Amino acid sequence: MKREVPLIISMAAGIFVLIGFFVPHPLVRTGYDKIQQWVIVVVAFTYVLGMANLMKLNLDQIQRRAKDWPYKIALVVACLATMAVGFQNGSHYLDDGTGFTWIYNTFYSAMSSTMFSLLAFFIASAAFRAFRVRTVEALLLAIAAFILMLGRVPIGSLIHPVLPQAADWLMEVPQNAAKRGILMGAALGVMATGFRIILGIERTYGSEGGS
Amino acid sequence: MSIFASLAKLDRRWIFLAIGLLVVVPLLTGFHIAPVRPGSRAQGFYDAIEKVPAGATVLLAGDYDPGTIAENYPMHLAAVRHLMSRNVKIVAVELYPGGPPLADRVLHLVGEEFHKREGYDYVNLGFKSGNEAVMSQMGSSIPITFPADRSGKPVGRIPVMKGIENFSQIALLVSISAGYPGTKEWVQQVVSRYHVPMVAGVTAVSAPEYYPYLQAGQLQGLLGGMAGAAEYEVLVKAPGLATRGMDAQSLAHIFIALMILLGNLAALPQRAPAGRK
Amino acid sequence: MHVTTDFGIWISALLTLGIFSFLYKDNPAYKLCEHLFVGVSAGYYVVLNYFSVVRPNLLDPLVQGDGHGGRDFFLLVPLVLGILLFSRFFPKGDWLSRWSIALILGVYPALRITGFGQGDFVEQIHGTMLPLWVAGNPGATIGNWILVVGLLTTLIFFFFSKEHKGALGGAARVGVYFLMVSFGASYGYTVMARISLLIGRVMFLLHDWLGVLHL
Repeated sequence: MKREVPLIISMAAGIFVLIGFFVPHPLVRTGYDKIQQWVIVVVAFTYVLGMANLMKLNLDQIQRRAKDWPYKIALVVACLATMAVGFQNGSHYLDDGTGFTWIYNTFYSAMSSTMFSLLAFFIASAAFRAFRVRTVEALLLAIAAFILMLGRVPIGSLIHPVLPQAADWLMEVPQNAAKRGILMGAALGVMATGFRIILGIERTYGSEGGS
Repeated sequence: MSIFASLAKLDRRWIFLAIGLLVVVPLLTGFHIAPVRPGSRAQGFYDAIEKVPAGATVLLAGDYDPGTIAENYPMHLAAVRHLMSRNVKIVAVELYPGGPPLADRVLHLVGEEFHKREGYDYVNLGFKSGNEAVMSQMGSSIPITFPADRSGKPVGRIPVMKGIENFSQIALLVSISAGYPGTKEWVQQVVSRYHVPMVAGVTAVSAPEYYPYLQAGQLQGLLGGMAGAAEYEVLVKAPGLATRGMDAQSLAHIFIALMILLGNLAALPQRAPAGRK
Repeated sequence: MHVTTDFGIWISALLTLGIFSFLYKDNPAYKLCEHLFVGVSAGYYVVLNYFSVVRPNLLDPLVQGDGHGGRDFFLLVPLVLGILLFSRFFPKGDWLSRWSIALILGVYPALRITGFGQGDFVEQIHGTMLPLWVAGNPGATIGNWILVVGLLTTLIFFFFSKEHKGALGGAARVGVYFLMVSFGASYGYTVMARISLLIGRVMFLLHDWLGVLHL
């Protein structure tokens, strides 16, 4: 039961979805549509599971007085408060002027965009400390990077009018060729792995103790 | 201590300060370097929307969240402005959890500008979890996949959704995307299967991987990052946040290029003794 | 200078500066912002998924029906599978959650097989069928040759079933050079992306908060 049922479920679902892509018969399409509608709902539950797991982990750490435990209280309170406000607002929770929208704009949006913007500083620091040109390949990489960085911004046309054109050509020809090679290679890998998972050859998710 | 040794020991916080100033100062002073010139990919994006007849329906996928707002929001805004100026109906969906409020903001802001009515000229169907499964299911039935709009109103009661069953009724797919799920998945699940014309506005990080799709004709136009957004703003004659940011962008790029050069110069003396061995 | 009096924008600005303080060094302000962000995000995702998916796609069709008296009782399947996911919290019953994961792990590989197969393989081969002689346009001719040669040598580089020696080794080396150009291009675009995100944040501080920037 523990090993066989998940294998049967994934095999049946996978084969149905694969066949449904090619066969337009109503019987097949009904199963094809139903399975995907179910997956949309199950994936939504995984977000709730993630929140529950987060709560469990942090409440454990608060209880044990683990490192930085006072911050975990802020995390738990923030999560519960957001949910309380959201459910209290009802189906119009994202309308202008609601508490939930205020939380989104003030906390979520501000902090999400700031977290990502930190990367600008680190990329500048890494350019100085880690970008070393020691081989022909690294030199090619550096030249391409320079052409792109300068050619894609307005200052490139001031430095030399050929820079923007060089950047465009680089992207449309050599870069395109390599990226296409990577795309096709990855496609073959994804298809092979997909078949392995559907046919039950790849079973890491179903192994004992592998929750 | 030689200058190279001093450079090698440079505290990275000085670099942080420099990059911060190079962004703040041009914005504050209004320092302007050079105009933005639209390229062929932004032109392709523009032309694809120009080809959509008035009254047709476009699917606008705003698959990004506040993490990439600086790149995606300006292109989202410009695209909605372009679509509404051409009296094209918009059905908006988001596959990123943080997307719905941003789509609402753009649609309401531009909707007021062009006197468009929610429900009649545009609708935000909101977020749906499931990534590729959502895209695939929309090919079977958009109303079953999205039974209600973002605020819970059944789609059967929304005039702009009348007659919209699947991708056959969609004239163009406009994807504003930050990563997964996004442009790549729309190309794989929708363009390849249902042959819906598609254009994409993506973050600069992901832009290089979409050039093969552009060259193969799977995409009609591509906006890459803030630079792409700025080019499109120029084309729709509504310069905004992206255009304003390009001067700071230029200076920062020069700085990064210099940092790479200086870093390699600083490392030179350390390699010399190894070379002599 | 026209500093805002909006309480929400002040909080956003302080949170922004709190996160930026990490650049000097890790500190309590940054830690607090980090934990608040995680907490708010988790709460946001739950509310969003309830009102965007669970209610319209599961509860309403199951409980209220489709308005014509029909209820989709097949939806009991995802309801049960969704609840089974929470069996992970019970050591003796956590194997039940694998049934739900198995559904996901059956559907997505299948979708990706067809998606990648058509979009990333067949269509890309189609896109590479380029004329190797374009009359009157030497630039296009050279470009097409470079595209085809670049693709073939890149694919040869990723072929590891035979040792890269001789002609194969030479072709793989050329493939490496194409790959380096593409990585350099990606690096350049990544730099642009990161700087853009910082510009966006600085615009918020200067325009929305301090009112010193006019857009």
